[in-house]
Amino acid sequence: MSQPGAEYDVVVVGGGNAALCAAMTAAESGARVLILEAAPKPYRGGNSRHTRNFRCMHEEPVSVLVDSYGEDEYFDDLIKVTGGKTDEHLARMVIRSSRECLPWMIERGVRFQPSLSGTLSLARTNAFFMGGGKSLVNAYYRTAEALGIEVHYEAPVTHIELDGSRVTRVDYQLGGEARSVRPGAVVVASGGFQADIDWLAEAWGPPARNFLIRGTPYNRGVVLRDLLDQGVISVGDPTQCHAVAIDGRAPKYDGGIVTRLDCVPFSIVVNNDGERFYDEGEDVWPKRYAIWGRLIAAQPEQVGHVIIDAKALPLFMPSVFPPIKADTLEELAGKMDIPADRLTETVATFNAACGEGDGFHPTELDGVATTGLTPPKTNWARRIEQPPFYGYSLRTGVTFTYLGLKVDETAQCSTEAGPVENLWAAGETMAGSILGQGYLAGYGMTIGTVFGRIAGREAANHVR
Amino acid sequence: MYDNPIEEARRQAQICNSCRYCESYCSVFPALHANRVFSDGDMVQLANLCHNCQNCYYACQYTEPHEFALNLPGVLAEVRQDSWEETAFPASFGRAFHHHGTLIAIATILGMALLFWAARSLPADGEGFYAVLSHNALVAIFLPAFLFPVVALAVGLRRYWSKVGGERLRLSQLITAFGSAGRMKNLAGGHGEGCNFEDEDRFSQGRRHMHQAVMYGFLLCFAATASGTILHYVFDMPAPYRFFSLPKLLGVSGGILLCLGTLGLMRLKMKSAPELQDQRVRGGEFGFILLLFVVSLSGLALYVFGATPALELLLALHLGAVLAFFLLTPYSKMAHGFYRLAALARDAQRT
Repeated sequence: MSQPGAEYDVVVVGGGNAALCAAMTAAESGARVLILEAAPKPYRGGNSRHTRNFRCMHEEPVSVLVDSYGEDEYFDDLIKVTGGKTDEHLARMVIRSSRECLPWMIERGVRFQPSLSGTLSLARTNAFFMGGGKSLVNAYYRTAEALGIEVHYEAPVTHIELDGSRVTRVDYQLGGEARSVRPGAVVVASGGFQADIDWLAEAWGPPARNFLIRGTPYNRGVVLRDLLDQGVISVGDPTQCHAVAIDGRAPKYDGGIVTRLDCVPFSIVVNNDGERFYDEGEDVWPKRYAIWGRLIAAQPEQVGHVIIDAKALPLFMPSVFPPIKADTLEELAGKMDIPADRLTETVATFNAACGEGDGFHPTELDGVATTGLTPPKTNWARRIEQPPFYGYSLRTGVTFTYLGLKVDETAQCSTEAGPVENLWAAGETMAGSILGQGYLAGYGMTIGTVFGRIAGREAANHVR
Repeated sequence: MYDNPIEEARRQAQICNSCRYCESYCSVFPALHANRVFSDGDMVQLANLCHNCQNCYYACQYTEPHEFALNLPGVLAEVRQDSWEETAFPASFGRAFHHHGTLIAIATILGMALLFWAARSLPADGEGFYAVLSHNALVAIFLPAFLFPVVALAVGLRRYWSKVGGERLRLSQLITAFGSAGRMKNLAGGHGEGCNFEDEDRFSQGRRHMHQAVMYGFLLCFAATASGTILHYVFDMPAPYRFFSLPKLLGVSGGILLCLGTLGLMRLKMKSAPELQDQRVRGGEFGFILLLFVVSLSGLALYVFGATPALELLLALHLGAVLAFFLLTPYSKMAHGFYRLAALARDAQRT
């Protein structure tokens, strides 16, 4: 129950999808809710701003989703990407709950659209937000406002005071002033720590300083570390993050979706020394971009260079920055700061190992492979010979970190002494409880929505 | 960031093309996603497809303070405006009246003065309006004032069509264009809940409905005049008409719609964010809506007070405003309707 005289029953730490789902659910049960969002209003919503869809189980066509997508198939898709590092009980609970979330989201203002051009493979499994994640966030803030939920922006939480098995106080900043609040219940939904480069470097090593952060600069893991320091049980590998290969010219933070580059399968990728280092045609790009995040991280200065020729240019989604263009490979090498002789030799060796490219098919594994080359290129291997030549630089872009708060099926956090009576967690900050490694498109939003609603319900029940 | 609106719009379109989150909001995005590189003509066409509903702006993860600084509705409004001014015939008129509400007001007052002079000086030959100004005098003034803008618009649209690389037009494409304009599909927001215009990211049908009131109000008034012309020449039934006659029924209902619609649009525009529109022409846009309001209000006043001594004055005010409205059509916001139809027809050629 709430403390006597307390202004708020439930404080939600964070302002993204999971936080809003928790806040709305709690407020709909009659709780007085305060949202503490670290970001200023234009950047509210954490990484939810950058999301675009929600992976949803369904037995028959519903909303924009076609055909059906059953629990077992959904779970199999998940297991494939996590390599078995999955809590099956929680994962299946999330999957089963996803179906009822869809109408719940629509009732609270989310609008869906059919699968975007270029993402038709997801038409059956993922419901896309019309306008993307920021429009979802906007709709939820509108609904929250109508429910009387109070929102403080630029209000980073600095400390959550744990006294035995209860949270007694939340400290935060507002307008440069230190404030405290003593709510009956707290929901932590403030993401991972990927925006804290020092922490990343501590976990991953110095190369992490060259990584780009694809999402919000506000996920610095302050609350996560504060709670772990007080003995709240953690989950997930503290040294791991989900990273993909993105355009090397992307901004340090918040580049989001547009910084992705889909051209690797139609290219050769060399490092700063002009050397190839991995099979660019191993599989279709959505199944390989995460591997390439790690491969690039292992190269000198954590940079790779994609080299394609004119015939490959129309084969992939346009990216945010135009490619570097040159009429000769030497000129391209000069513009990209790669030793020209090394690059021309690498391309010549590669071209000599390519056949005529008969049977080339850009959207399926075509088996058009090099012969006698190390490392080989096992699909889409065509000579790079038709000017103009184009280049993109690649860097490692961090999407999220796996370390988080361990929760049970009621989203409740615990210490070694047992559950913390009035502390729940939702979203990226506890997703490590389900996703041990890898990532499945749209599953983060599903975890956030399902666990946000659970956390909000439990918190409201507690203060009633 | 570029100073030149087309260059800047091209920069932004490339970012949109690698995101695509806004694909379902309106016709702009599917057309945009069909290209990989954008010519100046492509940008002009996209700009004229954009109805400035602003939904994409509020959904965008890359608006300021983000360094990508996207503001697609704002920059497309500038490209669109430039395209109307460049293709206007003559172009100098386009620049003058689009930008300056005061010039619109001066033209209106001149129109009113001309009509007042005509009412005083030219012979009258009948009852009702014709007791103030003869039918022949009205035709002598308004026939050229109607034909000139038609010719000027035709030249402008021809220039537009060649700029955007339009192909030979088919009837089905025109039907598609009129169908879209008739429902204001591009202000419905993709989900049918309207635009983000007057209150940040809140969706509302306000702008769509007010625009419909103005559009259909105007068309009803136009139909009233056309029906009067037909009654006059074909059936030899000159004005004045009874209330239960085609010209009166169409004119009064159209006038009321136009009056309410223009008031509504002005209210919405005052609440809207100027930086998401073309700020250079805000004065001209308000001036134009005000002119339409004066046309409709004076027309209604004429209906109510037509039998009083105020007739002469009201007739001069109304017909003067109508005259200014007709003459300014190719050089004011009124031109947008014609360019939009052209853009929608061109878009129908894409699919």
